Parts: sequence; C-alpha cells; structure tokens
Amino acid sequence: MGVRQIGARVHRVEDDNLIRGEGKYLDDIQLPNMGYAAFLRSSMAHAKISITDTEAARTLDGVQAVFTYDTLPSSLVSKTQLETYPAPIIKQSMCPELLANDEVAHVGQAIAMVIANTRHVAEDACELIQVDYTPLTPVVDVIKAAKSDSQLTHSSLKDNIAASIETKFGDVETAFEECEDSIELSFKQHRGGCHSMECRGVLGDWQQQLGELTLYSSTQCPYLVRRMVSRQLGCPESSIRVIAPDVGGGFGPKAGYYPEEALIAIASKELRKPVKWTEDRREHFISTNQQRDQIWKLEVAFKKNGEITALKGHVTLDSGAFLNYGLLLSATTLMPLPGPYKIKNLHVTLDAVYTNTVSTSPVRGAGRPNAAYAMDRVIDAVARHLSIDPAEMRQINLVKNEDFPYQPGSKHRNGSMMTYDSGDYTGMLAMVKEMADYDGFRQEQQEARARGKYLGIGLACFIEDTGMGPYEGVNVRVDVTGNIIASTGATSQGQGHATVIAQVIAENLDIDISKIRVEAGDTGKFPHGIGAIGSRTGVNVGISANDAAIQVKNKALKLASILLEKPEDELELSDGAVRARSDSNQFITLADLALQLSPAVAGKLPEGFETAGLEAVSYQTTDYMPHSSGANIAKVEVDVVTGGIKILDYYVVHDCGRILNPMIVDGQIIGGVVHGIGNAMFEQMVYDDSGNPMTTNYGDYLLPLASEMPEIHVAHIETPSPANPMGLKGAGEGGTIPAIGAMINAIEDALTPFDAYIAKYPVTPEYILELVDGEKMAAE
Amino acid sequence: MQEQDVRMHVNGKQVSGKVETRTHLGDFLRQAAGLTGTHLGCEHGVCGACTVIVDGDAVRSCLMLAVQADNCEVITIEGIAQEDGSLHPLQEAFRNNHALQCGFCTAGMITSLYAFLTENPERNEEEIREAISGNICRCTGYQGIVLAAKEAASKMAKDRN
Ligand code: FES
Ligand code: FES
Repeated sequence: MGVRQIGARVHRVEDDNLIRGEGKYLDDIQLPNMGYAAFLRSSMAHAKISITDTEAARTLDGVQAVFTYDTLPSSLVSKTQLETYPAPIIKQSMCPELLANDEVAHVGQAIAMVIANTRHVAEDACELIQVDYTPLTPVVDVIKAAKSDSQLTHSSLKDNIAASIETKFGDVETAFEECEDSIELSFKQHRGGCHSMECRGVLGDWQQQLGELTLYSSTQCPYLVRRMVSRQLGCPESSIRVIAPDVGGGFGPKAGYYPEEALIAIASKELRKPVKWTEDRREHFISTNQQRDQIWKLEVAFKKNGEITALKGHVTLDSGAFLNYGLLLSATTLMPLPGPYKIKNLHVTLDAVYTNTVSTSPVRGAGRPNAAYAMDRVIDAVARHLSIDPAEMRQINLVKNEDFPYQPGSKHRNGSMMTYDSGDYTGMLAMVKEMADYDGFRQEQQEARARGKYLGIGLACFIEDTGMGPYEGVNVRVDVTGNIIASTGATSQGQGHATVIAQVIAENLDIDISKIRVEAGDTGKFPHGIGAIGSRTGVNVGISANDAAIQVKNKALKLASILLEKPEDELELSDGAVRARSDSNQFITLADLALQLSPAVAGKLPEGFETAGLEAVSYQTTDYMPHSSGANIAKVEVDVVTGGIKILDYYVVHDCGRILNPMIVDGQIIGGVVHGIGNAMFEQMVYDDSGNPMTTNYGDYLLPLASEMPEIHVAHIETPSPANPMGLKGAGEGGTIPAIGAMINAIEDALTPFDAYIAKYPVTPEYILELVDGEKMAAE
Repeated sequence: MQEQDVRMHVNGKQVSGKVETRTHLGDFLRQAAGLTGTHLGCEHGVCGACTVIVDGDAVRSCLMLAVQADNCEVITIEGIAQEDGSLHPLQEAFRNNHALQCGFCTAGMITSLYAFLTENPERNEEEIREAISGNICRCTGYQGIVLAAKEAASKMAKDRN
C-alpha cells in the first residue's frame, strides 16, 4: 500500500500552470478570424424604449454586425430568455428578452449587441446607436415595491410579487399564547454581489460544415448552459459543446444562464465565425446577478430560562428586475431555519419582490447566510433581553448529540423531511470558546471598557445542507500509456476539485498522482453533469470517483488473474501494475491490461468482461443531504470616535465530516470567512432613488483587503456523515454562512455600553457613529 | 484612431507592434505579445490583477498606456520562473501554502510581491499585508498569500546573503 492520499495535505495539481501564468481563462482564448462583442446597455432603470438608429453603428469601419431585438433570427425558439428553474409556485415569472424589445427594467439591461474587429470598435459602435427612452417610474425600494398599490416594475405585471413561500411546522399560535416572554426584532441584510476577480465571458465558435457549436463560458454550470442554449436556439444538445476553461472564481452568480450566452451563440452562428465577449467590471456591476437585500421581521417566544419555543415572521426578498434563477435564493433562505437550534414551532413567510435593479440569485451560501444570520441575531437578542450570556444561550438551545439524526420539522425542496444526519454542535461551541479564550476575553473586555476601549466578542453557530444530489459522475479510465484519465461533470472555479478527485483515485489504484489527468468542465468529455453549487462537489464527486476507481481496480485484478493465471486474492495492484504477492517479478502493467481490453487488439473481450476498456463510470447518489456545521467567534475593537472597526481575531471550528484534503478545506473556510466579513463590514451595492447604481467600481464598492483581515484560526472536528459511504460533507460555503452573524454580534457586543442594536449591515463607520451618538443623544 | 509603434523588452525578449494610442499596456501584453498570464480584473486601477514590473517597479498595466512603456524593460508573470523552468521562491511558496485558488489574482500578487521583496526581503507580516493591500483576492482570504510571502521572503533573504 502506498502513501495515503485521502485526508492528506496534498499540493494542488492545478497550481503549476496558474503560478507560471499559463492558465487558460476565457479571455485568454484567441481563435483565428474572431469577432469581438460589446453590448449597449440601458442607462435607465425603467423606461419604454425605441431604437431609432443603428445605421451609424453598422457602417462604422470594423463593425461586422449589430443585433437588436428585431434583428435576432426568427429561428429562435424564443427571443425571451427561457426560465432556468420554472416552478408552479412562481406567481409571476419575468425573464428578460435576450435584447430588450420595448421596455427596460434595470440599468444595465442589454439593448443591442455589436460585433466588430476589435472590442474598442465594438464599444465605439455601441455609442452610435440611438435609443429613445420614455421614462417610467422606477421602483427601487423593495419594501415599497412589495405594497399592493406600488408602481409596477414591469408594465405587464399585476403587482411586484414574483412568488410567496413559507416554512411552517409545530403550532406557532399556541406556543406564542403560552409563552413566558417574547420579543420582536427586525433587520435588513445586504449581500452585495459576486465579484469573482474574473468577470463573466463567452466565446462562441460555430462550425458551419459540422453544424456544431463550441461555446466557451466562464460558467459554474456548463451542462445548464448547454441545455438552455440548446432549447433557446432549437439546436439539439448533441450539437452544442460547452467548455468552462479555467474559471477565475464563481461564487454563485456564474451558476446561472445569462442572455449573453445565447446571444454570443447566435452571433457566432449567424456570422459563421468565432465571437467573443468579455464582461468588463462595470458590466459586472450592472448585469451579473447580485444577492442584495432581505428585510426580516421576526417574533420570538421563549421561556425565562432562555429556551426558545417559537419563531414567526416575514422576509421581503429583493429579486431585482427578473427571476432568471427561479426561487433558489428564496428557498435556501427559509429552508435552513431554525439552523442548529431546537425550535419546535416555526412559521416564516417570504415574498420575492421585483424591483428595477439588477436581478438577484445566490452568492456564496445562497440564502443560508441570511438564515444563519437571522438565527444568531435571534439568539443574541433573547440573551440580551434575559441577561443570559450569548454562549450560554446557545448551549441551552443547540441540538444535542443524542438528538441525531434530528428532524427540525422543515421540509426539503423535494418535499421530504429535513434531517440533520450527524454532528456535535455543543462540542464545537465548547471548542471554539476554548480556542478564543472566551471567558478570559470577557474579563479583558471589562477592563478595557474601564479605559474607554470597546472590545466585542461575537458567536455564531450554523448548519449547512450540503452535497445536494442527485449525482456528479466520474469516469475513470486507464489508457494505453498506463495513465489514468478521470473525466467528470464537476466543474471548478478554483476549489481544487481536480486535486481531490486525483487523490481519491490515487489512493484506490495506488498510483502516483502525477499519472492522473482530470478532465472537467467540458460537456464534450463527459455526458451529464450539474455544476459547482451549494457545497456539493466534494461529496458527490468524491463518492463517484471512489466507486469508479474501485470498479477499475477490480476489473484490473480480474483480468490480470486470467493473464497471470493466478487467483485474484494472490494479486495486488501497486505502482501501476498488478503483481503476484508471492513474486513481484510476476506482474502485468496497467498499460498492458488496458491494451488487452481494447477489442481491436484482443480480437475479443476476455471471458466475463461485458464492457470494453479498462474503465468504469459511476454516478453515486446519496440518500439524504449531509449537514456540515460549525461554531465561529469574532473578536473586534470598535473605535467610538472614528467609527472604525478592527477585527482582532477570528476562530472557526468546522465539521465537514471526513476531510479529503485539509489544506483545500482550510482554504475554502478562510476565503469564505473573509467573504462574510466583506458582507458584514464593506460590500454595499447602492442604488439611488432613480435606480442608478452608485457603486460600480472598486473605489466605491469595497472588498476586504489583506491589510484589514485578521488571522483566521481554523480547527475541525470530523463526524462522518452516514448519508454517504465515505462520510463526506460539503465545505465550500461553510466559511461564509456564519461569518456575518459572528461579526455583527461582536460589533454589537462591543457597543453594549451604548445599548446599540444593529439593524442593518454592512456596518460602516458612519453607522457606528450613528449608533453611538444616537444613544448619547437619547441619554442627554 | 491614431496608431503608434512601440517596442519593449518583455521577459528578456524584444516585443514590438503598432498600437492605437489608447491601448493600455495590459491589453498590449495580452494581445500583441500573447502573454495572457497578466489578468485584467477591473481596468480601473484598484484590483491589482494586472500588475507587471516596468523598469523594476510594480505597475498596474491597465493604468499605463502601451506607448508609455516604449523602450522599457517589462517583466510579467511568465518571466518570473528561471529560464530552465524552475520556479521562483515566490511561486514555490504560493503552491506550498495554498496561496491561490482560482489563480486569477495570482499573477498580480506574485509580481507585486516580487518587486516588493526583491527591493528588500526583510519584511514583517504587517508590511507584507500592506504591500498587497492594492491587490484584491476574492478566493483565499489572503492568509495563504501572506504565509507564502513570508516563506519566500526568508528564502530570498538567504539567497541574497
Ligand atoms: S485590472 Fe488593473 S488594477 Fe484592476
Ligand atoms: S485566487 Fe481567486 S482571486 Fe485570488
């Protein structure tokens, strides 16, 4: 048996290219005779439009084509973007026309597409297109938009409600009638945008002779893109190959299907040449999905000892102008309630509401960070009301070890009962308290306050449903050189999936990792896939790679047994060959075995072999969703004179079951925490009352920087999930989900002497001063 | 649009071309020189992804016109490894410390740190964090990058002495 791979800190197979500058991202792909696309986008949030002149653009030197709604090919199945995730519960579904016809609903909506010899010329031409705007009243504030007498965000709507959903279990009314005490709280959550460092991009390469399209997209979900472009254009899926090359970060918004993907395919097909579009950063701010605002109003019932008995309330979720990603954001907002806390009676409703702003869809964690935030704010609010320490309050309410498998009462999207499979929530709480010296810090905090220094400590405990099925398949094949080719439907935007897949295969086949080539993100290489969403890839791909590798190993042993004339149990697979245990000189290499199973060589398949090739495919499915969990602590110091917040330290205890690669998991957690810190303190997508986006560059929209980030201390516990044979749980979003709550609780804790309640985030210095001064003024 | 000839030394090789004067150095390197390792993340001078080294200084190639770099000595990420292909200590350290995930910011991080640490490798964590505070990374949370920079700095300091 060789070196253990699973669970080891294996360096990434992806890195060598990337550190040399030899990655291939979308914009790096240059094809001969390629045209460059640019889009004319709406400058108004809501207006009737008419395009009065495209002639000047068309005749500009270097322009190849100008597309508008009217000149899109009539062969399209629809000129309106098809719904990605239709659902009967959607009351009014709005998807954009691929190019706006006569009404625009947000600044940034695409109106025309120009293809030219260079991007510069394409952009110049966009400026020559004449559009008449007749302004309509924009609706920007989601609470106003939700009112029944609101102005409409689209002329065709009856009201602005896209859909209403709820989560409900127990007997909330009785619980409130019988409760010993209750409080109300409300808050606004704001989650900015995607901001992968690589913007979106699409390159279409239509081959007229073959009737085939190769579409490169910097997407998280190439199979979704293939399906949607196929349906939109009315071309069979088999004629479309979608390739996600190296992708420079995804974080959710690259998981959708966008008009540009269809439009670039159309342009390439119509012009019979490759066409590329690379989104620029301003376009990213005004056309890539964001997550933005949720307004929560909650009532909590509890006993005097701190035990929470019921929770009810309402969420207003800003959908932006369109619902092009279905209700995933809404569903993932409600579904995780009440998180790791035992609350037996719960009823929360949610309205997804249209506004004249950029559409929203999941950003890292989707609605889960919102739900986790809500729960951790509830816990702290009740703790404060009852003068119970927040850590003690959590200890009282957390699900205990003897409760697993635990059913909180909520339901999955597929209607089955939500089940928390395994974990040790109270153990993690104790562990993170110890790491952060919680009790010691409380002491320090008292002393600091006496010196006019405001320290705060914040806790957050969370669960995350991960590893959503049904599958992510892997094919493992030994090729005739003895190398292993693993192809999969899983895609990567930096998570290191290729490394993890290679580790699992290397361990099973006892082969050096450098001999394994992982092919992913290419619908031409693997038939079915879903994509990198919802912390699901490690789980789904891990168990499939494991299963496929075991099948290949068994096949190799079986064939070697025939060829070496030895029983299988006297053989072993090691270092690229099947060997006799008794005599290591008696062996046959994997390369030779692969050759033997190639029918052209062997003439016929050996007895007992039904399938050709030394290969196997596996689509393992999981019974139910493994739940990751964790406990976080943030420590901050707030300067009540400047409003500045210094993050002193951040502690994470995380449980993602059996860990495949601790280096990669820690990377996901730390990066995720910083994303959450960005949400809590910096990132703010601002629109003015007319729906103009005010923060469309990184001077105005702030992202977390190295100089402001604390050291993040990460520890793990491993409670293997019984939901899959390897005990895996997902890890991609577990850093982000609790971080906002931990940060805001810490900041509020620091402001305890001012009796401040934080009602919104990001918490800016101005807001801190408002909180501090407001309290001072009230006192005066 | 006005065009102008430019020639520069990039990673030790002569590169020349005719460019529109509005072409920034980043586009020139990526398109005319085919050096796509330099990435454009914002094109307004904040994210640092496009950082290259011009005459020894770390420069944002989206804020410099190609014509301004005429006759300059330019190093891009492709020129950081040794000629025989062996990695620079910074590149080694980036891999060892999981300092990259998607890799999109990596070229800018490495070139920024290369200029900073070549000038003086004796730097503490705070100085390193400050030095890359003009480079945005959405993936890593910076921790691996800082560890990598520290590891490379001590190697570079040793190599220098
Ligand atoms: S691309 Fe130059 S700083 Fe962002
Ligand atoms: S590694 Fe993805 S932006 Fe830094």
